[in-house]
Amino acid sequence: MCLGIPGKIIEIYDNNDLLMGKIDFSGVTREACLAYVPEAKVGDYTLVHVGFALNLISEQDAQETLDIIRQIVDVNAELSQEMD
Amino acid sequence: MKYLTEFRDPELAHAVLDEIHRTVTRPWVLMEICGGQTHSIMRYGLDQLLPDEIELVHGPGCPVCVTSLELIDKAQEIASQPGVIFTSYGDMLRVPGSSRDLFSVRASGGDIRVVYSPLDAIEIAQQNPEQQVVFFAIGFETTAPANAMSVIQAKALRLSNFSILVSHVRVPPAMYTILSSPHNRVQGFLAAGHVCTVMGYWEYPPIANKFGVPIVVTGFEPVDILRGILMTVNQLEETRTDVENGYPRLVTYEGNRQAQAVINEVFLECDRKWRGIGEIPNSGWCLRPEFSQFNALNRFSVDQIQTEESSICIAGQILQGLKKPPDCPAFGSQCTPEYPLGATMVSSEGACAAYYQYSGKNIPS
Amino acid sequence: MTKIFPDMQGPACPVPLQHKKKVVLGHGSGGQMSQDLIASMFLPPFDNPYLRANDDAGVVGVILDQGFGEEISGRLAISTDSHVVWPLFFPGGDIGRLAVCGTVNDVAMMGATPNYLTAGFILEEGLNFEVLEKVVGSMHDAALEANITIIAGDTKVVQKGKADLLYINTTGIGIVPPGLEISGANAQPGDIVILSGSIGDHGIAVLEARQELGFTSGIQSDIAPLNHLVNAILNVSNQVHTMRDPTRGGLATSLNEIARQSKVCIFLEENSIPIKPGVAAACEILGFDPLFIANEGKLIVIVGRDDADNVIEAMHAERYGEEAVIIGEVKPEPQSRVLMRTPIGSTRVVGILSGEMLPRIC
Repeated sequence: MCLGIPGKIIEIYDNNDLLMGKIDFSGVTREACLAYVPEAKVGDYTLVHVGFALNLISEQDAQETLDIIRQIVDVNAELSQEMD
Repeated sequence: MKYLTEFRDPELAHAVLDEIHRTVTRPWVLMEICGGQTHSIMRYGLDQLLPDEIELVHGPGCPVCVTSLELIDKAQEIASQPGVIFTSYGDMLRVPGSSRDLFSVRASGGDIRVVYSPLDAIEIAQQNPEQQVVFFAIGFETTAPANAMSVIQAKALRLSNFSILVSHVRVPPAMYTILSSPHNRVQGFLAAGHVCTVMGYWEYPPIANKFGVPIVVTGFEPVDILRGILMTVNQLEETRTDVENGYPRLVTYEGNRQAQAVINEVFLECDRKWRGIGEIPNSGWCLRPEFSQFNALNRFSVDQIQTEESSICIAGQILQGLKKPPDCPAFGSQCTPEYPLGATMVSSEGACAAYYQYSGKNIPS
Repeated sequence: MTKIFPDMQGPACPVPLQHKKKVVLGHGSGGQMSQDLIASMFLPPFDNPYLRANDDAGVVGVILDQGFGEEISGRLAISTDSHVVWPLFFPGGDIGRLAVCGTVNDVAMMGATPNYLTAGFILEEGLNFEVLEKVVGSMHDAALEANITIIAGDTKVVQKGKADLLYINTTGIGIVPPGLEISGANAQPGDIVILSGSIGDHGIAVLEARQELGFTSGIQSDIAPLNHLVNAILNVSNQVHTMRDPTRGGLATSLNEIARQSKVCIFLEENSIPIKPGVAAACEILGFDPLFIANEGKLIVIVGRDDADNVIEAMHAERYGEEAVIIGEVKPEPQSRVLMRTPIGSTRVVGILSGEMLPRIC
């Protein structure tokens, strides 16, 4: 149910009155329907599932998640130093 | 690949794993209900690396495998009719019905085509106006916006040769059913990240409160899954029962309002049979009467097909971690991968299929 | 505790039916269903030790009368392949190049020098001569590159609708040098597993050319004759135990076949397996595993540990071997299994492709 892949919107256009976009997945491109992300702009990243963009990806939240986890990396490093 | 590679970073994954190992003090049973998460856990061998105290139960998260036997039989009947082009997501072609799968129907002359997107099915309908095009609209909430859009497009384009066979299933009622069981062992849930991308997580607090279980919205990459597990274990160790979002880059509390609006426009809640589990009330979506002209069940006469789910299948209990496959009287005899009775044998990632493949052979220790 | 999660059927969800009454597409995928069909339908009536060896080509001993009472004896490797690829032309190749290289490679995988090919054509009524000329031209070029001669052929025409424009069958013959014992059954614990380059290129290129799934990747098929590469390898080592080109069913299927034939464990390092970014991305979108996707210009070499470095060096200096890399090793246990260490350090079972590979949503 959940196979969704992040891709970059490189083009936006209309087809049969549906908002569509060309999405770039690290060199592979495919069309996707953008009807559910009408605020999308070229350059935004989105999650595509069965040819539909389900949401835009928040760069800020992605960074925050990674930062939180990198803090764990730092804590681990400190802990292993203490143990030495 | 941006937003994928970072969340597969082994260093980050190990950091989270170490933290899980440090945090856990006693056994906990966690469940994920998402075929995609099950797949990722297996692909990266995550359950091997977790502390022994954590038991991960793979719930009924594969919409392909929980589609009811009756609907599969109906799909095959429709697909075998002349003048029909039957379109479907790839994985459905393999699902065995009472006696055969869609591959067999194709071998007997049925025009069955795999599509990546429901809009591809619309295109096929436009290109073949003299044939009936049916789309097998299965999935959890993640796929509902796409499936719904196919009907909206069909209406807008005035297609008279397009219909869908709906088998949508919803996660919250499944969680209710699992948690309501008097023998329930599940203590924490990883909520499916892409389901929540569409639906948000506003449906989960009542469940968390009623049953006293933490629920953490979790993504799919190894770092995401491990983080979801860490957040859940933290809550369990601290005796908290909150709903937390471990996938904020895609999931918000409200979810995608636009998508939910379209789902509500096209579908309404209905009871749904889950293969090998039985009927769960309000656990499905069906086409609203306004769209009944696109309902394949109305367009084709398949009412006479009424297949009962197996009464001996205990997939429901296996999916909750209450029983193991060898406990089932049908395991290996009436129920095999060739003739599966329930979802856990249909799915190659299901407990029963996995046990079956390993019985009598060398199991690596 | 290290538990290895069973993954017998590969990423096929749900478990496919064993079709036993009619042929279905999965029987042609090169995976478990194909093997089951061969084992149940063809092996029993044709049974003989050559078929039972289950290698890429049959190797038979022959004695040839040279006249004047002189005889020479040796071994011939003979292989046959039918090509039904659709579409006929795709980025990086076409059915003609495939027809020549596919069979050249099967013969070469036994250590034989492929010398001769036969070519049988089944042409559909209405096929454009221009198309046929292009295909035959491709075969000519490939034969030149591989240094083989097409010495016999056949042509049949069928009515419109009975063939996808064109099917080609090629049979290849080569001579196995004396003393060479290369077979899928000869891999030994301690051996090193080498792969000549990136996987999945051919399968993705053809899938894209079919235009049914709507993606654009720019990936080119890797069709190539590998006999010269094989020569270079055999020139530097007499410890080559197995060679195989991972075609339909992909790297995973070929390695599983070898593990079963040799009754060994093949242990892979996932991080070392080369995959082009476009192939990886296409697989992510469709839910495919690159390990199961067809290759037509790659080979696996399983060689004694001491010779591994020499073989890699020789491959790097040869066309089609420039990206050769060590991807794993052979262990004694668990027998008949392929295991892989994931990038995060766990170990999982690599299964065999069961039926047809299908895009998934789950």
